[in-house]
Amino acid sequence: MQKNNVNRSVWLTILTIIMVVAPFTISGYKVDLLTMLMVNVILAVSFRLITTTGGWSLAHVPMMGAGAYATALISGKLGIPFWFSMPLAGLAAGLTGLAISYPLVRTKDFSFFVASFAAGEAIRLCWIRFKVPFGGHRGLGVPIPELIPGVPALDFGEAIPYYFLTLVVTIICLSLMYRLDNSRVGDSMKAVQSQEALAKSVGINADGYKMLAFFIGSFFAGIAGVLLAHRLWAIEPHQFGFTATLYLLVWVVFGGSHTFAGPVIGVVILTILGEVLRPLADWVPMVYGIIIILTLIFLPDGLESLPRRLGSSAGKIWKFRISFGD
Amino acid sequence: MAILELKGLGKNFGKNVAVNEIEMNVEEGEIRGLIGPNGSGKTTLFNIISGFLKPTKGMIIWQGQEITGLPPHVVARLGLVRTFQLTALFSEMTVMQNVVTSCHLHTGTTLWQQFRHSAETRRKERETEEKALNLLESMGIADRKDEIAAELPHGHQAALGIANALATGPKMILLDEPVGGMNPTETSETMDRIKMLRDRGITVFLVEHDMRAVMTTCDKITCINFGNKIAEGAPQIVCNHREVVEAYLGEEMACSL
Repeated sequence: MQKNNVNRSVWLTILTIIMVVAPFTISGYKVDLLTMLMVNVILAVSFRLITTTGGWSLAHVPMMGAGAYATALISGKLGIPFWFSMPLAGLAAGLTGLAISYPLVRTKDFSFFVASFAAGEAIRLCWIRFKVPFGGHRGLGVPIPELIPGVPALDFGEAIPYYFLTLVVTIICLSLMYRLDNSRVGDSMKAVQSQEALAKSVGINADGYKMLAFFIGSFFAGIAGVLLAHRLWAIEPHQFGFTATLYLLVWVVFGGSHTFAGPVIGVVILTILGEVLRPLADWVPMVYGIIIILTLIFLPDGLESLPRRLGSSAGKIWKFRISFGD
Repeated sequence: MAILELKGLGKNFGKNVAVNEIEMNVEEGEIRGLIGPNGSGKTTLFNIISGFLKPTKGMIIWQGQEITGLPPHVVARLGLVRTFQLTALFSEMTVMQNVVTSCHLHTGTTLWQQFRHSAETRRKERETEEKALNLLESMGIADRKDEIAAELPHGHQAALGIANALATGPKMILLDEPVGGMNPTETSETMDRIKMLRDRGITVFLVEHDMRAVMTTCDKITCINFGNKIAEGAPQIVCNHREVVEAYLGEEMACSL
């Protein structure tokens, strides 16, 4: 146990050093790519949080959109500084998630799928329909965040400063979600997924936990939306359409959703693959399609289950042990 | 004193009457058996009592207080806990995690405390783990605490199911076919555990098809058929009751018991 913790902190330290040094060694385009990667990591991990109670919500990308639109309105139209608009927009997304969860927890399986899809699309149609304040098809502009409002200190319009802003927010979001996942609350959520009836009969308020998961998951999706919006400087409803939802599903199916690391692995590997295949950009959706089918057939629990499947001895090659001469 | 009273409890599914105005009392501290042919409404009755189904008519009185129509988690908090047939465990968790999760009600920490992970929270978590370990010891499966629930043999899974129910600190446990699909050794072990529950002052209400197990364990038996109560009383009386023999046991079975 102790050794495992040491291992983990060693790996996290190495990862942090790489993440801090990386932007200075690569092009601006690639820095932005890493920024978007981190946004997608928050999105995928927050999606997994909802799946731990059992439902694969198809309204998760619209929740990210809710955060993006909220920050566009709060910081753009009302002129409230980024540092306040980010948590407020997260809260707005969280409350939106809570609102749609009320009817959604009353549905199951297939009907949950369809209902969550419908709820997400309904929210997206609101942005198109109500030109005031959402701007219709053209969407909204989003201001560049300022470190201290009115003082030209650090230019978050540049790739590298924004990268570090995203890095800090990502670390905070992931550690909060990790903590929740490993707490009794996280266990209760997993109990709801595992055996809903049993969970209820040992006194767990199943619907309550599902709604809590929706609130927290949507909150962090909203934060991801905020980070996205302030980097793109403009948002429009099509970004949060079903294609984006499909990508999210592919990441999480490919990586696996049983462990915290699963979705992270999924996003990172598929994003790298997408970059490698850039010359064949038109083919990427098809490659993704093939990947999801192969994953479901050969690795139904996702990439995270690979070490376990290869057996414990081979698993050690995968996550090799670092020992300190003992 | 009756700990649980059912007053004219009925449930219709469309035009089908699944449970028809059942009147019965379960006394505190007894082991009550519920028997009847397949489809006679036993599981439906359990589902109604535990709050998974709402009755069409009638009342459920729990310790003098009406609980008709309350949701399952609230009923559980009042001390009336049901278990399910064997396979219903948190099957991908370890034995220990199962019981700790079921102790949920008594951990009593808020979401905020969870996040802060304060000394207070950690102390409570340690207490919960100790309590869970005690429960596993009393069920005789403490040595298997780190195994995955799904990988346990039948008898131990049943013990874990009971430990999960016990973890909530119940006054009464509803057991749905506690020895279904077990071999004779596992059956007698499970029945001993059920008697142990009574010795701890917990009232037991169980549905079971294994007549030998029911006869040797229960203090009193209720038999239902087509949603109607047809007999109630001491095991010997019920199993020689004419209607029970006709509807459920058959002549041979009745004589052999």
